[in-house]
Order: sequence, then structure tokens, then C-alpha cells
Amino acid sequence: MATVINMPKLGFDMAEGRLIRWVKAQDEAVQKGEVLAEIETDKATVEVESQESGVVRVHLVAENSLVPVGSPIAILGTADEAIDVEALVGKSGPARPAAAKPASPEAETVSLRGRAETPAAAAATGLPAGPHALEDEGDGKLPAGLRATPVARRLARERGLDLKSLSGSGPQGRILKSDVESALTGSAAATQRVQLSKLRAIIGRRMTASKQSLPHFYLTADLDAGPLMALRADLNSRMPQDQQFSVNDFLVKSAALALREFPNLNASLEGEEIVRHGQINIGVAVAMDEGLLTVVARDADQKPLRTLSAELRQVVARAREGRVRPADIEGSTFTVSNLGMFQLDQFTAIINPPEAAILAVGSVRQEPVVVDGQITIGRRMRVTLSADHRVTDGAEAARWLQVYRSYVEHPVHLLV
Amino acid sequence: MAVITMREAISQALWEEMERDERVIILGEEVGVWGGTYAVTKGFYDHFGPERVRDTPIAEAVIVGAANGAAMAGLRPVAELMTINFAFLAMDQIVNHAAKLRYMFGGQMSVPVVIRAVGGGGRQLGATHSQTPDAIFAHFPGLKVVAPGTPHDAKGLLKAAIRGEDPVLFIEHATLYQFRGEVPDEDYLEPIGVSKVQRPGSDVTVVAYSKTLQHSLQAAEQLAQEGIQIEIVDLRSLRPLDMGPVLESFKRTNRAVIVEEGWRSYGVGAEVAARIAEQAFDYLDAPIRRVAQAEVPLPYNQALEQMALPQVDDIVSAVREVL
Repeated sequence: MATVINMPKLGFDMAEGRLIRWVKAQDEAVQKGEVLAEIETDKATVEVESQESGVVRVHLVAENSLVPVGSPIAILGTADEAIDVEALVGKSGPARPAAAKPASPEAETVSLRGRAETPAAAAATGLPAGPHALEDEGDGKLPAGLRATPVARRLARERGLDLKSLSGSGPQGRILKSDVESALTGSAAATQRVQLSKLRAIIGRRMTASKQSLPHFYLTADLDAGPLMALRADLNSRMPQDQQFSVNDFLVKSAALALREFPNLNASLEGEEIVRHGQINIGVAVAMDEGLLTVVARDADQKPLRTLSAELRQVVARAREGRVRPADIEGSTFTVSNLGMFQLDQFTAIINPPEAAILAVGSVRQEPVVVDGQITIGRRMRVTLSADHRVTDGAEAARWLQVYRSYVEHPVHLLV
Repeated sequence: MAVITMREAISQALWEEMERDERVIILGEEVGVWGGTYAVTKGFYDHFGPERVRDTPIAEAVIVGAANGAAMAGLRPVAELMTINFAFLAMDQIVNHAAKLRYMFGGQMSVPVVIRAVGGGGRQLGATHSQTPDAIFAHFPGLKVVAPGTPHDAKGLLKAAIRGEDPVLFIEHATLYQFRGEVPDEDYLEPIGVSKVQRPGSDVTVVAYSKTLQHSLQAAEQLAQEGIQIEIVDLRSLRPLDMGPVLESFKRTNRAVIVEEGWRSYGVGAEVAARIAEQAFDYLDAPIRRVAQAEVPLPYNQALEQMALPQVDDIVSAVREVL
């Protein structure tokens, strides 16, 4: 029984996704849980796993096309069943489906030899060849016009270099091994022009839009981190090495609990409405080589600290390996950005739309503090809340910070 | 180590093997009383006698056929063909008998025959006597095809061929007999089916054998003056073909030029290039170039003959093209 696979909704604000690459070709078998395609949302490129096992019979959209959420992208079936595309997806389906071919041995030969596919062969199926068939005319899997030698492709693939960012010195602009190598080693003196990576470009667009259109205001508070550091040291002394709590675990948990009392800070503005989210999902900014990625601690207010810590550790590890799943990065309602490991006092962050606020966390510093009229050595941490003035005001945000302070400074409450 | 000619190296190998093993015999046209068309067996007839050094009629099928029979019966015959072009007359004996008998009769007998044949052009012997049909013979499973490019390898490989159990076509290049090189004084063997790096380098892998090895070594000297270091891999035997050192080198240089004296079409270069593409595709950084003989029957005219044969300059140009 054939099944239609639709463009998944990978986040509550996702309206469309760009299908970057078909990982499973037409007529290729796929197991449940295997990656079917790569889809670029406006946040990141994510791998979409197949929800069931079968054979990918028809790609309904070509690579690199923008598809609305819920629109059909492929048909999954058994190897030999007849596929009636129109009956399955209706006339409202894609206007230009890729050629649907029965997976008979002869047909498979045709599909394996994409370049040999003639208009006549496509016509015989009764369907237009579609953009996918045309793309196969190019130079392997490279975008049209881009030439690179096999060793250059392999090196670029292994080192995560985008060939599009290079200019080739070979015949007809062919990218050679030496071009990749010089791009990898770079030259201290030479000026380099580096093509924006997808992630970099996305961050740029989103942050520009946020900073230009959201009226940010900023509140900074200096917190006593002494109790938190002491509690963490105490807890970690009894935890195995691979389960140690990070400072951030406490800060995320504190933020989540404080948000329970201030739904306006766990919200999105949609037109004339403030959407107060039912879940408290804390985004945690993770610095990677290519840029910043925000992973999500779901229901952070509900989960015990140890669970929260373990889940975050896994998600961050996946992000650093470039293997994030949609659920890892979508659906955050508030973000904590912690640059404490870089020895800085404080900073301000740009709100990550459609969220209403973001908390920027500086380093824990030892410094003289006045306690009961006496100067003593304290451990202090400065946090700065950036909030969207359309959704909340300074007084409300300040009260949130007070509650946040109470959790951070009395961290034992995070454990109950 | 003594510096001797290729002729002397081959002659020594035969002499030493005949001294070592009385089953080793020589047969061919003019090999006895005359001492061999290329003087390889001069003095053998007097020393080893007419029983073991036999002059034959001008009939190549008879020479190889008799050698095959002698080999099956327990001798270690070394048949000499005045030129490899005459091997076509013995084609049935070589490819249907020598190469297949052991397979077709379930290993009841082996055919330890060595067929020495003189190949290559460049001596103004005309189109029919100047060919390099090495690839034709390397096409047949069951037949080993050896083509040394140095006196050292010629001596060691010929001895290994005589001592081995399989039929071997041993191709000697007509213009290499005067070529000199170091040869160990002691008894030694070179394994058949093992390629060898004859000059290390880092920029381009040049695959060659026989005469083209010497051309490539000269090209390497020229290119080194420009700062280009080629690595020369000598195939030494075309079957079995040892791609190991070729691939190992290619994975470092990512560029290859294959040099053969035979024609380009369906040739040794075609085979080596295909194997590189199959086994090291992800290391390719430039199209693989083949240097080979012009696709014409080799001219008699000296200038034209030299023009049609692959020369040092052709190798130099091909290396520059892939860089």
C-alpha cells in the first residue's frame, strides 16, 4: 500500500522547507528510521527520517525546491506495486512530479543511468521528466557549472569545505586538490573571500531581522554564584565523570522555573496576539565551527535537573557532530546564551525570533563583595536579559530577573 | 656490483641456469652455431653442446610447439623467437597450448616453458618486424608476460621465469641490448608480478616498462631541472599486473602518465588507467595521460619511425599537461 510522504513541520513557526538533497534515490529501499532527505528550515539543515519501511517509488519534488509544510514530497510503496501519482496526491499535488517508473529490472537500469534517460523514456511513463531528471545532466552531484576533480571533492567532503566557496585554478575553472588545500591551510598574509556557509547566512538573516524589527531592551543583574558553584561541586563529587553537571544546567533550570511565573516572557508575538506557549522549552546556544546553533531542552521546568543535564549533553554532542534531529533544534520558547567559559564579564544577546526574550550569561568571577558591612571574597556572575518591548515591559522583565536570581542564589530549590 | 649490458645480463642468466639445472635447454633459429641473432647465446653451443642448444628450422610454431612438449615431458626449455612479430605464427602454441594445458587437463602437467622474444621498434626493420604487441599476449590468462627495463631486472626475472612452473613470454627490447646497468655478482631472483618504483618523486606518477622505463628516467632528469619530481613505477611484468606500487604512488601524486611503446588503443596504458579509475577514483586530480606509439604501422623511414615512437619529449609534455 503506497504512502504519501509530506514535508514535515519541524517547528511551530515553520511554513515551508527547502528540500536540499534526496538521501534515498527513487526505487531505493528505505528502512524505518533511515534518513530519507535533508531539509533546510530557516534555522538549520536537518535530516528527515522515514517513518516506515518500503521503497521510495517517486520523488515528487526536485532537490533544492521550496515546499510548503504538509505538501507531498515522495511516495513510498513496495517495489512492484503500480503507483498512480494523481490518485495518491490528487490534482492539487505538485505540478511537475518527477517521472514515476515501475521498479521493474529494466526500469531500474534506466533510473541508474540518469544521464542516459531520454525524453522518449520519460514520455513513455506519461509524466514529464521533471527538474530532477534534468539536474542529473550536470557534473555528478555538483551544482551546474561547478567543476572539481574527484580528489578535490573527496578532500572538501572530508574537511567539510563547501566547494562553491572556492575558485578553481584548473582548466575551465576546475577545482583542483591544490585549491582545496590552499583553502584549508589558508595564508596568513593573503586576503580571503569566503562564501557564507548556509548556517552563517541563516544566522545573518535572522539576527538582522530581529535586531531591526524587534524593540530590544536590556536588564543586567549581578548574581551571587557562590551557592550554585558550591552545590555543583558537591553534587559532582559524587557523580561519574560523564554525568557531571555543568553550570549551564542550573541556569537553564532556573530560567525555566522563573518563566512559569511570567508567561509573557515565554511567548511569541503573532500579529495582534501574544501567544503564551504551554511548554517551556529552553534553547541553549551552542557554538560550532560554522556558526551558532540553538539546541532545545524541552519541558525544562518539568524535568529533574539530572534528566535535563543528561538530555542536554546528548543533544549538544549531536549538534557538534553535525547530526542534529529536528526535535533537537526546533520549538524553543526562550534562549539562554552562556559565554561564561570565555572569561568575559557580561554581554547582550539578540533575541532569537519568534521568542520574546533571551538571557546572556557572563563568567563567574571571584571579586571583593560587601556582605553585612564587611568586604569578603565572593563569586559573582552577571546576566543580561534582552526582551521584546512589544510583548513585555521593563518592570515585568525585572521581576522575572528577581525570581531568576532567587533560584540561582538558592539553587537547592532547583533540586526539589 | 658489476656494470654489464642487458645482453650480458640475459646471457648470464641463461648460462647460470643451464649450469645449475641440466633440464634447461635452448632452442630457436640461429641460437646454436651462430650464437643468436642478437648474440645472446654466443659460446653456448660449444660449451653445452648440440643436445642442449638446438638450432631449429624457420618455423615458429615448431619452435614453441617442441618447447611446449619438452616442458610437459620434464625439461625446462627456453625458446627464442628472433622477433616477437614471429610469435603470431606460433600464436596457437602460445595461447591455446602453453597458456591453457595445465588448466584444461586438471593440473596433470605444467608447461614450464620460457619464450624469449625480441620486441619493439626503432631499428628500421619495417612495419612487420618492429611491433610492440605486448598487450595482446598479456590479454591471455595462463601466460605470464615479463618485459624488463634494466639489466638487473632482466637477469633476475629471466632466472625466476626459468625456475617457475608457468609459461612465460619474456620480451626483450631490441634497442636495450647495449644498455648498461649494475648487476649483483651473486645469484639472485626477481619476483615475477611485482612492480617496482625505479625513481621516487612527488608530483606525477609515471608508469612505464621496458624501453619506456629508460625514456621515463631521462624525462625525469629533464623535469627535475624545472623542479618537477616524477615518480617512476616500472611494471616489469604485464601479467600478473601488480598495481600496488602504482596506486600507492598515485594516491600521493593524484596524477598519472602511462608510457608504453605499443599503440594506445586497447593497450597497457588503457588497462592501467582503467584500474586507477576503478581503484583510486577519489584520488584523481587531473585526466590520466597515455604516451604511446602513433596509430600507424611503424614507418621504415628513420625520421618518421622516430616520430611515431614515444620519445622522451613526449613524456615531458604529458607530465606538464597533467600538472
